[in-house]
Amino acid sequence: MKNKSLISISDYSRDDYMEIIELADHFEKNPVQKIMEGKVVATLFFEPSTRTRLSFESAVNKLGGKVIGFTDAASSSVKKGESLKDTILTVAQYADLIVMRHPVEGSARYASEVSTVPVINAGDGANQHPTQCLLDLYSIYKTQGTLENLNIFLVGDLKYGRTVHSLLQAMSNYNPTFNFVSPKQLQMPNEYKLQLDELGINYYEHEEMKENIKHADIIYVTRIQKERFSDPMDYEKLKNSYILKNKMLKDTKENLRILHPLPRVNEIHVDVDDNEKAYYFPQALNGVFTRQAIMTKILGLK
Amino acid sequence: MEEKKIKQVNALESGTVIDHIPSEVLFKVINILGLEKIETNMTFGMNLESKRLGKKGIIKISARFPDDKDLNKIALVAPDAKINIIRDYKVVEKKSVQVPEKVVGIAKCMNPKCVTNVETNVVTKFNVLKNNGHIDLKCHFCEKITDQQNIEIN
Ligand SMILES: [Zn+2]
Repeated sequence: MKNKSLISISDYSRDDYMEIIELADHFEKNPVQKIMEGKVVATLFFEPSTRTRLSFESAVNKLGGKVIGFTDAASSSVKKGESLKDTILTVAQYADLIVMRHPVEGSARYASEVSTVPVINAGDGANQHPTQCLLDLYSIYKTQGTLENLNIFLVGDLKYGRTVHSLLQAMSNYNPTFNFVSPKQLQMPNEYKLQLDELGINYYEHEEMKENIKHADIIYVTRIQKERFSDPMDYEKLKNSYILKNKMLKDTKENLRILHPLPRVNEIHVDVDDNEKAYYFPQALNGVFTRQAIMTKILGLK
Repeated sequence: MEEKKIKQVNALESGTVIDHIPSEVLFKVINILGLEKIETNMTFGMNLESKRLGKKGIIKISARFPDDKDLNKIALVAPDAKINIIRDYKVVEKKSVQVPEKVVGIAKCMNPKCVTNVETNVVTKFNVLKNNGHIDLKCHFCEKITDQQNIEIN
């Protein structure tokens, strides 16, 4: 992983996932260390994403590194029409590592190929967001003690949700059973189902979340966005069918944990927050440890 | 004199004949192989009768033997093309085109939000996926698939 960019979850192998998980666990136990002293990380956010940016910056700060960068394209030279290549080549002179978020799909791969320092993709449009996926893996491992043989429910927008696609690809290494719960319009795309067929992984599709969740080890909920529906009436009819409420968790498994990439709107009712099976806030904190692990691996510090 | 002229158009002393090109992609093939810049004799025909294709196109290039790597690029638009190598008015080799594993700088990604369509001077790059006789291109950058009927040549 040393000196290698992380652009897509498929850039890492199953062994790499485990190395990151073990190292994230190490940082969770010792989050403040001075091992990044003298290192400069550039956070280039061509579109704002406060949550992701703060998570990276917190991870760097706790390890004694420095952060430079910008928080949206409006405040940078990009607005003056500079090409992405020139921005990256310039910033690479000032930083040891670039963390980049950009609305254009494939921009992170391109940046990694022109850059002289490694690039971490913090989201390129609807394409990839691999550090989110790795923190999801860490959260699953931590709460279940394993990644193997789990029953995973993916709920919400399964058509456009890049986090569920990455998670599906990564978890496919560990003999899971998948349950997809979504409105018809937002079902898991065929290309992913074909991949599962080829790998011989079982999956089931549902339009509702009912007693079927009693077998779940993980329920991963994502937001359904109104703008995904061509007919707004469809959204109004559906929007309340995919809300997870506390009373639905009554007969679920002891080890069940509920994950969500955040921000949440209303797809998990606030009455779930106090249930010990709710894990979405600790999950966000895991993002800091996971990003510490990823950055120190790439910089060759661990 | 007259006889020699006819011969010049129809028969090739030495060179490459590309046959069984669907008529509608003839100019794409010329484009992919960069034949518009060729300095030797080249003739082509289109809308010729063909039992297999209905209307076919054919290209005859004199005294040039493009290598397989270049010829295989045309498989994207003319997967059934046949290549005949001519020496001394005789066909000395016949071959078909093989779909390459990677396609660099020829095709366009159909995803309008792809970096190759947004930034200038980004050379496109695809992995070729073979899917029951179809060719799909998976973009190296945005990871989206451009299927065969949407393949556009730059
Ligand atoms: Zn693309």
